[in-house]
Amino acid sequence: MFRYLLQRLALALLVCLAVSLLTFFLLNSSGDVVSAIAGEEATPEQVAELRASLGLDRPWPVRYLAWITDAAQGDFGRSLFFRETVADLIMHRLPNTLTLASMSLLVMLSLSIPLGILAAFRPNTWLDRAALSLAVLGQAMPNFWFGLILIVIFALRLGIAPPSGSETIGHFILPAIALGYYATPPVMRLTRAGMIEVLESDYIRTAYAKGLSTRVVLFKHALRNAVIPVVALTAVQFGNMLGGSVVIETVFGIQGVGYLAWESISRLDVPVVQAILLIVAVFYIVLVLLSDFLNAWLDPRIRR
Amino acid sequence: MTFKELSSPEDAATPPAPAKPRWRDGQFLRRAFKHSAFMVGVVIFVLIVLMALAAPLLAPHDPYVQSMTNRLVPPIWMENGTWEHPLGTDGLGRDYLSRILYGARISLIIGIFTVITSGLIGTTLGVLAGYFGGRVDLVVNFVVMTRLTLPVIMVALAIVSIVGGSLIVVILVLGLLLWDRFAVVMRSATMQVRSQEYVLAARAVGCSTPYIIIREILPNIFGSLVVIGTFEMANAILLEAALSFLGLGVQPPTPSWGLMVAEGRQYLLFEPWLIMVPGAAIFALVLAINLLGDGLRDILTPENRS
Repeated sequence: MFRYLLQRLALALLVCLAVSLLTFFLLNSSGDVVSAIAGEEATPEQVAELRASLGLDRPWPVRYLAWITDAAQGDFGRSLFFRETVADLIMHRLPNTLTLASMSLLVMLSLSIPLGILAAFRPNTWLDRAALSLAVLGQAMPNFWFGLILIVIFALRLGIAPPSGSETIGHFILPAIALGYYATPPVMRLTRAGMIEVLESDYIRTAYAKGLSTRVVLFKHALRNAVIPVVALTAVQFGNMLGGSVVIETVFGIQGVGYLAWESISRLDVPVVQAILLIVAVFYIVLVLLSDFLNAWLDPRIRR
Repeated sequence: MTFKELSSPEDAATPPAPAKPRWRDGQFLRRAFKHSAFMVGVVIFVLIVLMALAAPLLAPHDPYVQSMTNRLVPPIWMENGTWEHPLGTDGLGRDYLSRILYGARISLIIGIFTVITSGLIGTTLGVLAGYFGGRVDLVVNFVVMTRLTLPVIMVALAIVSIVGGSLIVVILVLGLLLWDRFAVVMRSATMQVRSQEYVLAARAVGCSTPYIIIREILPNIFGSLVVIGTFEMANAILLEAALSFLGLGVQPPTPSWGLMVAEGRQYLLFEPWLIMVPGAAIFALVLAINLLGDGLRDILTPENRS
């Protein structure tokens, strides 16, 4: 067990390193940001001065080390466009993104788990088909388009939800539906497949033979084993939501990290983009690691 | 058979000559016709492909010509709609039907070429990892995990923002990002095939490793490759639409469906059909490809059906 966890941890650290290098190089290849900031009229001397003041005249290994050691201490430098530090910028917007992601997760789980269980309990019936159709439709719908349709129907026509912004919890309902529905199909399919497999196994037959009620068999015996891979996927989907929030936050005008990422990418605000990419990646790695640990804890077979 | 042919989803229905897969004996067609969801997918997909190919013949107008006197003409099913512009015109007076028809080309080109690129990368990595195992497998595992850690949309947006948006840039960026599922699935498929008797026999006879991989392994994992190829094609089309919608994909005035939704967004309140039409087009194409993929999975790999 301990060895397995140590292996996963070592791999995660290595991936962190690779991702930080990739992020660093990706955005340092972004051409001449300095002359872009300095403006058209700047003389070569002024550009060189600005470059030096931003510390961009040093060789890349030095800059990388400086960046990553600062980043490890929570200092991501200053934005090229906002007057705030990058850390402040992100911290101010993080609550909105986390609210959105959590509510989306709630939408996703309350759709995918019950539907998956129902579909598995009555496979190849109209119920199963309906659940499957819902998944197939969800996978084919562009999420920005779905978001806009929700705005047209519920905000503009019916007027029961605000169309955009992030001031109240009500502002998050439509975006959470859009983002959550989009993440539903894979989790639902996995729940269904897992439940079908478990329900066919011997110990479920034994449970039924003992005379246990369907409810007890389904929730106490079957679900517990079927849910193991679902937990792992849910963690991964949560990470995907943070990345996917770029689109939904832009559609709904939510002042979150995703919207900040889009703004900063559009005008190549390198320090902000680097920081967001790194944070999202590390967050994802932590989630995957957590799901590995959780899996190992729930299912002793994984530990080998 | 070359890699290139293998990773193109269009070849799915045509049996590859040197292979010995199970759909050669006409079973494929018999199974396909019985699978109604698959057939629905095929019909929609073929229709959209025909639309894209025949766009110059079908389009009533030039998709790029603006007309300030003909702005925001409503489509035929609404009041004041005319057959002159069956789907109406956009905010710049361009014929919407013509733009939708030409837009099908953009989505299909992105889907096909992205899958060829990503399929090539992912299959190479996956087959190497699955065949050789050990250290190679560890390295590939690490590369796949690193790739999975990067948020696709953000990285794609950043690269397009740095390099500039064009069809080729979007194809390359998505191709370089979407190979992970190919690698994972091809790896496990190769591992299954590797210990089959005919592979062991080929090795015993003294066949070279490249020969074994190309002639024995690849034909037998072709089914899974096609299935992943269709899903990744749908994925690429959705991502291109999202990138273009966010302004960092295909650039105007190109009639990309995602871009058309973005352009229609400012008329959301009074002309919602401007976003409905191109969005529905993306939806139909992606739905068709997914149905096709689901069907192919059932038909080609019946043993994996749940």
